[in-house]
Amino acid sequence: MDPINFVILASILFAIGAAAVLLRRNAIIAFMGVELMLNAANLALVSFSRMHGEIDGQIMAFFVLVVAAAEVVVGLAIIIAVFRARQTISLDEPAELKG
Amino acid sequence: MTFTTPEIAWAPLAPVIIVLGAAAVAILIESFVRSAETRRRVQLGVSVVALLAAAGTAIVQWVGLEGAGTVVLDGMLTVDRQSLAWQVLILVFGTLGTLLFAARTRAGEEAFTPLGSVAPGSTEETLARRKGMQVTEVFPLALFAVGGMMLFTSVTDLIFLFVALEVFSLPLYILVALARRRRFLSHEGALKYFLLGAFSSAILLFGAAFLYGATGSTSYTEIAQGVASASGVDALVLAGAVMVVVGLLFKIGAVPFHSWTPDAYQGAPTPVTAFMAAATKAAATAALLRVVYEAFYGLEWELSWLIWGVSIASMLLGTVVALVQTELKRMLAYSSIAHAGFILVAFAGFPDGALSALPFYLASYGLATLGAFAIITQVREKSEDGTVMGEATRLGQWAGLGKRSPWLAGAMALFLLSFAGIPLTAGFVGKFVAFAAAISEGGWPLVLIAVIASAAAAFFYVRLVVLMFLTDVPEGQEDAVEIDHSPLARAVVVLTAVAVVLLGIVPGPVLDAFENAGVLLLGAAG
Repeated sequence: MDPINFVILASILFAIGAAAVLLRRNAIIAFMGVELMLNAANLALVSFSRMHGEIDGQIMAFFVLVVAAAEVVVGLAIIIAVFRARQTISLDEPAELKG
Repeated sequence: MTFTTPEIAWAPLAPVIIVLGAAAVAILIESFVRSAETRRRVQLGVSVVALLAAAGTAIVQWVGLEGAGTVVLDGMLTVDRQSLAWQVLILVFGTLGTLLFAARTRAGEEAFTPLGSVAPGSTEETLARRKGMQVTEVFPLALFAVGGMMLFTSVTDLIFLFVALEVFSLPLYILVALARRRRFLSHEGALKYFLLGAFSSAILLFGAAFLYGATGSTSYTEIAQGVASASGVDALVLAGAVMVVVGLLFKIGAVPFHSWTPDAYQGAPTPVTAFMAAATKAAATAALLRVVYEAFYGLEWELSWLIWGVSIASMLLGTVVALVQTELKRMLAYSSIAHAGFILVAFAGFPDGALSALPFYLASYGLATLGAFAIITQVREKSEDGTVMGEATRLGQWAGLGKRSPWLAGAMALFLLSFAGIPLTAGFVGKFVAFAAAISEGGWPLVLIAVIASAAAAFFYVRLVVLMFLTDVPEGQEDAVEIDHSPLARAVVVLTAVAVVLLGIVPGPVLDAFENAGVLLLGAAG
């Protein structure tokens, strides 16, 4: 199969992830959207790597995986701290900062 | 397939290695020094020594640099005068920020919560406070952030750009969540900062993937060649370039990518706000300069609408919304959004002058920001029984501050006038050189809007000055506000105030130094 199809798939996944971040009000779901965007970028890197016939893109995907793992740690820590304090992780609920 | 190990030139990496090495040592100190009080002293010492040593090393390299610079790590990183100038700037901000991190009130209270993981107001928190626990991890976190920012200013590869972005962002997300008082605000600011920050870095990464697909490389020079050799503009290249620039504009805090700024600035502990307002903006500007001048220079016409639009929107929205704020930290956050617009003005037409004007602009802005937030940490609310509470950040509470503490109010007035760009302050010289750079490439309509926006912005800065000096303390409120001098915070105020005045009156030597730094080793601009 032509690898460009995977790039199109990656773009669709990226769009779904971005929509989840912007539209969903649950912090965990929004965060899953971010992860989906990062993994879409990985898929695009790997497909382009295949199209260019070299492995640079695949190595970059490893870097992205490591960074994404570190980001999950920090993100979940913040979300858990918020949950402990408020018993909710809705993004609409915390509304003390406005204007 | 065979791999060739790249030659690594270690010496040019020395400043970054010192900072990140000290951060690793500081993590060990966390585990091995048991007493919180000793640990705090050791951590402060290690941080300040490491930051100053790194700054010294960077300056020595800058002076001794032969030719234009060095390519390190097989083109991943470029150490030239431009990157060294930004590194010195970030190290200065880091040192002043670290001093603020360690500042305490007279009652011995610091800006950070005793235990970040427990719920605010819970029994565990009270116990932790009574046992004298302290989150001394803030020092290594700040060191990691500074190290990441230093890398961010010198990377010349998009994937490494993404990694450096995360290295400095992740510690900042945690630092924002650690305020001692108003923890709910702090948590909320951190959550928004984190989600939008992660969102923006994903956009940057996807842009990098597109550029890799279109040009077969993520290195700035090869992307520039790919841009130059393409007949007409490739949609993939343009989409990738726009996404990378947007990712960086998020970090600068420009409209419409600004929505995290007010929340993170207001929610974060004030020393963290001071540090990240000054240093993040400098690091992001440096990275934007490098990526635009080394990789996207050929896309000037295609990217100009983005730069112009975002710049105008930031200046207008930042200024207008700051006018109606009643909370001081939030007002300064919107003022920082307007400043992001002024920074982008210097990019109009991609003038060569921006390479030396923007370091000066960010130096003047960063020093005034650190000073202003250092003052905010010292103006405290006082309850009826005389205990000193949190920071008094409502504008009304600052009425008559000039009578309570003329020196502190005078310094605040100086920083505000520098933000507004009044002559004889650093801010005026910074705005002047930035706008002059834009005019040299025909960006005068943008400069015209910028000048009008600065005039309007002067209104809310001057309003606070009037409030501090010409308004009396409201009846019955005489004891509601207390000035709590902490020696470290006061030292930061004095240092930044002297620097702002010096840069405003005799800017020559520093301007010359940055003029000298206005060269990129691999500049597509030539």
